[in-house]
Amino acid sequence: MAKIDAVMGWKELDLGCVIRQPGSSRAFKTGDWRSQRPVVDRDKCIKCGLCWVYCPDLAMVPAEEGYYKVNLDYCKGCGICAKECPKVAITMVLEED
Amino acid sequence: MAKRVGMEVSIAASEAVKLADVDLIAAYPITPQTHIVEHLSEVVADGELDAAFVPVESEHSAMSCCIGSSAAGARTFTATSSQGLALMHEILFIAPAMRLPIVMVVANRSLSGPISIWNDHSDIMAEQDIAWIQTFAENGQEVFDLVLHAFRVAEDSKVLLPVIVNMDGFTLSHVIEPIEILDKTEVDKYLPPYKPKVRLDPRRPVSMGLVGIPEIYTEAKKATNEVLINSKKVVLKAWKEFGDLFGRYYNPVESYKTEGAEVILITMGSISETAMTAIDKMREKGLPVGLVRFRLWKPFPAPEFKKAIAGAQTLAVVDRALSPGGACGPVAEEIKAALYAERGRPRVFNFIAGLGGRDVTVENFEEIVSKAFTYTKKRPKQLYEMIGVREI
Repeated sequence: MAKIDAVMGWKELDLGCVIRQPGSSRAFKTGDWRSQRPVVDRDKCIKCGLCWVYCPDLAMVPAEEGYYKVNLDYCKGCGICAKECPKVAITMVLEED
Repeated sequence: MAKRVGMEVSIAASEAVKLADVDLIAAYPITPQTHIVEHLSEVVADGELDAAFVPVESEHSAMSCCIGSSAAGARTFTATSSQGLALMHEILFIAPAMRLPIVMVVANRSLSGPISIWNDHSDIMAEQDIAWIQTFAENGQEVFDLVLHAFRVAEDSKVLLPVIVNMDGFTLSHVIEPIEILDKTEVDKYLPPYKPKVRLDPRRPVSMGLVGIPEIYTEAKKATNEVLINSKKVVLKAWKEFGDLFGRYYNPVESYKTEGAEVILITMGSISETAMTAIDKMREKGLPVGLVRFRLWKPFPAPEFKKAIAGAQTLAVVDRALSPGGACGPVAEEIKAALYAERGRPRVFNFIAGLGGRDVTVENFEEIVSKAFTYTKKRPKQLYEMIGVREI
């Protein structure tokens, strides 16, 4: 069911709403209800990877030169990365700013 | 020709389950259902039935286990009563949503409090919105036949929904009746092996029982409800085929002496037999009364019911459960809702009787009919009344 459920009619649903395609939950972008997003200051970042370890949604991903970046498709804006960062290199900013 | 033998109705129910060759039974004992699963555990232990018997720690686990078993593609059975059914409550809704054809016998018993092990319909009437197909048996033979019918309907590829067969606790479950037990070859003609359309299989992985976000929950509910409503066609077809094979024909709604009846009694379950005796007695006295009883309860057979009561001035609906603080008993409520839009609809009076094992006698039915005639002329103040209650 690669098609996003939100646009499916009741007649299109599979029997008992089963999903036959493993891993299709990736197609469901869970970051759309975020109110704040983390912004990484690479001048302060020491590439320790704690943000990557602590992120409950695997939304902090390794980037070029050992840095980490946010995958905004899945980041729900919980702020754990900013809280855990030992160098205060991550700041939560309001989405509308 | 099948043998007719004297047998406790609970044992007959489990014999039907055995003949259906189930793969798994998960159950917890509770009065008055216990004899059903007790007998099944015996036939499994004795090697008469090749099935897994899972003695779970609660009914909540029993229904959860049944869901897992059915999802794996196994023919699955359980039975319960009263508090046990109530303990299953949250899991019951999940089986139809996942389209799992589990069959369950409920030996109907009152709910606490006060603590009562005796018969009424309050356990099942608290489960009206679970989206299971539901039938009510009148006697032991019907219990046996309805269990086989339940598997046949549940597993039909157009249905794939769970089914509850209701039978009155004690008045049916613990009574010995002459019952025609079908042969295995006969049952096999009626009930083909279960072929699941989708099941848990590591070779073809699927995910079941997932989250329904607000954008999809409504559609999922509509889909299940449509299947439940349309399952009636299969329910009727499976009864027709049962009759053609074994000579016993069943209808969703049965009528007894309704021709020319001004007052029609409405019942469900085993009290219908007492009601027929009462109708005979009143007809002999010249009273224009008849009886209509539901065999199919969900999906509610509205067209068949309306046809059965056509011409009657008054309906005397007997409910075996109270809907506290509500307009009337649950059966009367459904009937009133079904008739509201009808032109020239009959008057509907509701009588609550037989709570917590209180007998419903021929005299009670005579009283109910007499009141229905009186209320037809002079509308009562109350919306419903409880029969036999001591007003002191």
